[in-house]
Amino acid sequence: MKITVSGEKKEVADGLTVSALIEQEQVETPQYVTVSVNEEFIDNDSFDGHVLSEGDEVEFLYFMGGGR
Amino acid sequence: MKIMIRQSDFDKILEHALNVRPEEACGLIAGEDGEDGIRRISKVYILTNSDHTNEHFTIDPKEQLAAIKDMRADGIKPLGNWHSHPESPSRPSEEDKKLANDSKASYLILSLMEEGKPVLNAFHIESQNGEKIVRKEELSIV
Repeated sequence: MKITVSGEKKEVADGLTVSALIEQEQVETPQYVTVSVNEEFIDNDSFDGHVLSEGDEVEFLYFMGGGR
Repeated sequence: MKIMIRQSDFDKILEHALNVRPEEACGLIAGEDGEDGIRRISKVYILTNSDHTNEHFTIDPKEQLAAIKDMRADGIKPLGNWHSHPESPSRPSEEDKKLANDSKASYLILSLMEEGKPVLNAFHIESQNGEKIVRKEELSIV
């Protein structure tokens, strides 16, 4: 199936989960990454169970924060 | 890495940081990495510090997503983020280092500690053997 990852169209296996995509894309420090699918934010606890569908638009956003 | 930011963009983040003081201000930077090795910031984004404190900042992920899409539409790429230190120097704090997880990003820190003398510096932060290594980048305001 075709999905869009960070603005790039990609062919991926049917039934791919968000967790598997994170691994496939070699996302650095995934524990600090927020994932949106079609502009909906996915709970980190749901990464394993969230199966992607044809045409999904996925974004990986690094948590950005800090302190003085 | 050499980084260039326009005076008008510097003025924009400074004005916002002064307006929200004593809270920390934050946002994103975008532009291009030139073949000459110079990272040119062509757009700065003023985003909400969802912590609303003078001790921390967290960029609102919804605003972050909107900014990323805007960058894409403009044909520019995310280069990192900026935030202010209303009461401390322009250097990454321990928390800044801990939460800096993108080794490709530039982290700009604007200190407002000394009244009338804002200081902006840029840093590269990456993990090596479990330790965060900080390198100051050469920043020019043009």
